[in-house]
Amino acid sequence: MTGPVLVLVDQTETVLTNPTRELLTLARQVSPDRAPVAVWLGAPDAVDLAGLGAFGVEQVLVPDLTGVDAHAPVAAAEALAAAVAAAEPEALLFASTFVTKEVAAVLAVLLRTGAVVDGTGLSRAADGALVVEKTVFASTWTTRCAVVGGGPALLGLKSHAVEPAPVATPTAPAVVPVPVAFTPAASAVRILERTERHSDDGRPNLTDARVVVVGGRGVEGDFSLVEELADVLGGAVGATRVATDEGWIDHAAQIGQTGVSVAPRLYIGAGVSGAVHHRSGMQAAEVIVAVNTDQDAPIFEIADLGIVGDLTEVLPQAAAEIRRLRGE
Amino acid sequence: MKIVVCVKHVPDTQADRSFGADNRVARSEDDVLNELDENAVEAALTIAEEHGGEVVALTVGPAAAAGAVRKALQMGADAAVHVLDERIAGADVLGTAEVLAAAVRAVAEDGPVDLVVTGMAALDSLTSMVPAALAATLGLPALTLAAEVTVADGVVRVRRDVGEVAEVLEADLPALVSVTDQANEPRYPNFKGIMAAKKKPVRTLDLDDVALAAPALAGTRVLQAEERPARVAGEVVLDAGDGGVRLAAFLAERKFI
Ligand SMILES: Cc1cc2nc3c(=O)[nH]c(=O)nc-3n(C[C@H](O)[C@H](O)[C@H](O)COP(=O)(O)OP(=O)(O)OC[C@H]3O[C@@H](n4cnc5c(N)ncnc54)[C@H](O)[C@@H]3O)c2cc1C
Ligand SMILES: Nc1ncnc2c1ncn2[C@@H]1O[C@H](COP(=O)(O)O)[C@@H](O)[C@H]1O
Repeated sequence: MTGPVLVLVDQTETVLTNPTRELLTLARQVSPDRAPVAVWLGAPDAVDLAGLGAFGVEQVLVPDLTGVDAHAPVAAAEALAAAVAAAEPEALLFASTFVTKEVAAVLAVLLRTGAVVDGTGLSRAADGALVVEKTVFASTWTTRCAVVGGGPALLGLKSHAVEPAPVATPTAPAVVPVPVAFTPAASAVRILERTERHSDDGRPNLTDARVVVVGGRGVEGDFSLVEELADVLGGAVGATRVATDEGWIDHAAQIGQTGVSVAPRLYIGAGVSGAVHHRSGMQAAEVIVAVNTDQDAPIFEIADLGIVGDLTEVLPQAAAEIRRLRGE
Repeated sequence: MKIVVCVKHVPDTQADRSFGADNRVARSEDDVLNELDENAVEAALTIAEEHGGEVVALTVGPAAAAGAVRKALQMGADAAVHVLDERIAGADVLGTAEVLAAAVRAVAEDGPVDLVVTGMAALDSLTSMVPAALAATLGLPALTLAAEVTVADGVVRVRRDVGEVAEVLEADLPALVSVTDQANEPRYPNFKGIMAAKKKPVRTLDLDDVALAAPALAGTRVLQAEERPARVAGEVVLDAGDGGVRLAAFLAERKFI
């Protein structure tokens, strides 16, 4: 009998993040007869038990992190290896980020197993194998990948792989402590400084947002019009590397090859040329709208609607018209 | 100091990229040194210039991958190692890390390696997993995604921004560092560099040479690869004073309002 699906829990302060809810939903979809098992790398009393119960979790494994900083990827990987030894799962699901991908790389070496990351979907093939779908080459190709060789599959999924679906009857998850024998490698990297810059602007997280409005060099230092349009649409604000390099907006807003990669339902780019480095991070958007003064800008080649115009005129007019259409 | 810099040969991101019938990335003559590895070479050269020492460029890949180490030599690396072996084809993160680790050990036979430098991601796979997997295989601390690297008194320190977190990390040498495109501005090879590169040693090794008896079988398999329908350009309208209204009307039609 194959083991359960283990899900790595991520929380914003005290509640499960949306990607975690999606992972729990996927875990139940691929293994309907088996409750997903959660693993939490944090204080045992800080885990969102109600949130996990809403998605049918019966057990939360909590590795004992005494003596290490779980922000160090090797420490996190050793803790997860202990959880894997305890649960003997078929797969470990995690939200694909730079940090979790690094943890998965170390875990793959520790467990001598395979990892597939940046997945956009998860399903079970006719032969029982778990199959991850992912888009590659700037979203121009789709691949379907499986982990072979028997070890637990380490599978990283991006946001929006599925619509979160709570269970009809919530469960009461039990917290199961897991002892870990950390090696010196877990503390070989010393974290001298660590600052989390949580923006408190109330906007959705860039990678989770259904709508993303992006400003490029064309905003010439002023993101207020981009922010205004994002806010009327309830969206997140993103940027090109030019805009983050210039310091007009935080580095965390950079979309593209070396920034974050997004796949929202709607992407609106203003003053963005559509360089290949940027496109690889947004081409998977469902609908693309571009506003640019240059009618030959490459972004128009992939836009569902292109407005050749000055963003300082088009964006405020669009925001006002949206408010008018809503009767505000 | 002895520094090994890992460089990969990849399909040009500006060209049409595809998978072959074997579900592997199709190779072409236009393949290039992974752009993000130029930042790795630059970081390695800068550190070697500051502290004295030698930079060895290392690649694992098919015959054409010699192009990647050649470019690194032109930029200023002192020597190169190319691991070329049919048994490597199809290796994934685990297998690649294992082969790179064996090659680093082979380089260390004539003097210990103090630092391994890699790029932040290979632009074909974009996994960003090889650096941490390589460090784990070698038993080295990994300081990844560095926007700034400094080496002093046997300690390497990096500053990095990952998502909404800014960190300063440190580890004792020997260690592995992966650098982002924010870390530096890669130099262009000049004429002198291009001429000098022709005389620099390139060792081509196979798995037996690096004493790797059985490379890890791929832990992952691509079952299927298919091209997605190309995005087609939609309507492009000139703003005649009503551009914002048209934009809003489009969003309403697509049910975003
Ligand atoms: C290794 C590497 C990695 C990179 N990674 C990334 C990445 O992750 N993300 C990324 O974004 N870039 C990345 N880049 C940079 C990328 O190549 C482009 O330089 C960048 O995306 C261009 O940003 P932009 O569109 O803002 O600027 P530009 O290309 O300068 O375009 C500005 C556009 O604004 C238009 N414009 C000007 N004024 C107005 C106005 N008033 N109204 C409307 N339109 C106006 C112009 O017509 C122009 O098309 C990377 C580059 C390298 C080499
Ligand atoms: N076959 C390879 N040969 C040499 N270096 C590699 C190879 N594959 C990956 N690397 C290094 O690892 C980094 C990250 O690659 P990846 O994890 O595949 O995204 C690259 O920027 C290279 O420095």
